[in-house]
Amino acid sequence: MSERFSVGDRVRVRRAYPPGHVRAPYFTRGKVGEVQAIAGSYRNPEQLAYGITDADRLPLYRVIFRQSDLWADYQGGPKDTTVVDFYENWLDPA
Amino acid sequence: MTHDHDHSHGHDHDQTFQPDIEDSPFTHHQVMAEALGELLIEKGVFTADDLRRQIEHLDSRTPALGAEVIARAWTDPDFKAKLMENVNEATASIGIDSGDIPIRAVENTPETHHMIVCTLCSCYPRGLLGPPPDWYKSRAYRSRTVREPRAILSEFGTTLPDDVEVRVHDSTADLRYLVLPMRPRGTDGMDEADLAKLVTRDCLIGVSLPDNPGGV
Amino acid sequence: MTGPRRVHDMGGQDAGSIPTDGHESEPWEKRMDAIRMLCGQRELLRTDEMRRNIEDLGPGVYNELNYYERWCAAISNVLLQKKVISVDELGRKMAEVEKRWTEARKS
Repeated sequence: MSERFSVGDRVRVRRAYPPGHVRAPYFTRGKVGEVQAIAGSYRNPEQLAYGITDADRLPLYRVIFRQSDLWADYQGGPKDTTVVDFYENWLDPA
Repeated sequence: MTHDHDHSHGHDHDQTFQPDIEDSPFTHHQVMAEALGELLIEKGVFTADDLRRQIEHLDSRTPALGAEVIARAWTDPDFKAKLMENVNEATASIGIDSGDIPIRAVENTPETHHMIVCTLCSCYPRGLLGPPPDWYKSRAYRSRTVREPRAILSEFGTTLPDDVEVRVHDSTADLRYLVLPMRPRGTDGMDEADLAKLVTRDCLIGVSLPDNPGGV
Repeated sequence: MTGPRRVHDMGGQDAGSIPTDGHESEPWEKRMDAIRMLCGQRELLRTDEMRRNIEDLGPGVYNELNYYERWCAAISNVLLQKKVISVDELGRKMAEVEKRWTEARKS
């Protein structure tokens, strides 16, 4: 499967709020991180969730965020990070 | 768990309400769980034996298996390399079935400490460790870990220097995560079985560190 | 612009201390877990179908039920939607179980 992003790319999580089943956490929407790894491809959970068994395969990315980019008032260490897994439809180039 | 009170008809009633142990009234969902299982057996979706075997399999997945895997990784560099590449295949190579859901290991180092959460549900490497502890499923842990990981760590009695990167993994998708803790100092002479005793479930989630037998 | 946050999507919110009291899995919880695995192996239940049905319980029910109660509700819903079982069958079977257990308690 050809991936739109490569390791090291800066990506922005879509600032979108669909009403149904998605796996991109609310706290990451609109935030910028870096592709840390490409973790294979999996069937789109937004289709699987509704009984669509021939769901499209999407690349899955591990995206690393600096905590200070996620939370303006972050209180922990300066190097602290969070890694979240995203299907490709949730990421735009940053 | 088995018990021997008998019922007048032929279904398997393992795991049912046990009047001799349990005094509180049964709940709506306990009744539904029982009914669902019986219906699915009647319909031939699975057999009573399948259900019993599946429960036995669940009971056999425990943090002790995780500890065994970590102790092996600490003592066998080739195994550790395999584990970092593919947990499911690595555990299978030492006779431990960790299921079909892909598990990845993340390795603690002096520079980086990993901890695992699932903010959206309670995803967990069940295939290896069994079901998650109640606190892992709690609103508090699921809400706060991504925003104040160090406060969570301190509630578990774990303090890390500011210049260590605390890296939280939110298992949102198809992968599950397992922390490979650092081998404590002062354990050079210990064998695998003794090393495994230092590794608790909480170390494998990254909220605790293995006991240091040397004390420091 | 932001949109509404759904009830299950709780990362980053304020919440109290981590609870220290835990409980061992109860037999009915293990049964639920096993039913989930067996239905999954038979491709009657996918993880995201279960997750979606848990989320769609909505804030009231989601917060009221505990973990395995949510599983129980969600898994039944999926099996009902797929016509593996019917509401009538499930209702009758539950009444039968309840009657049997009530009698067992009396004896």
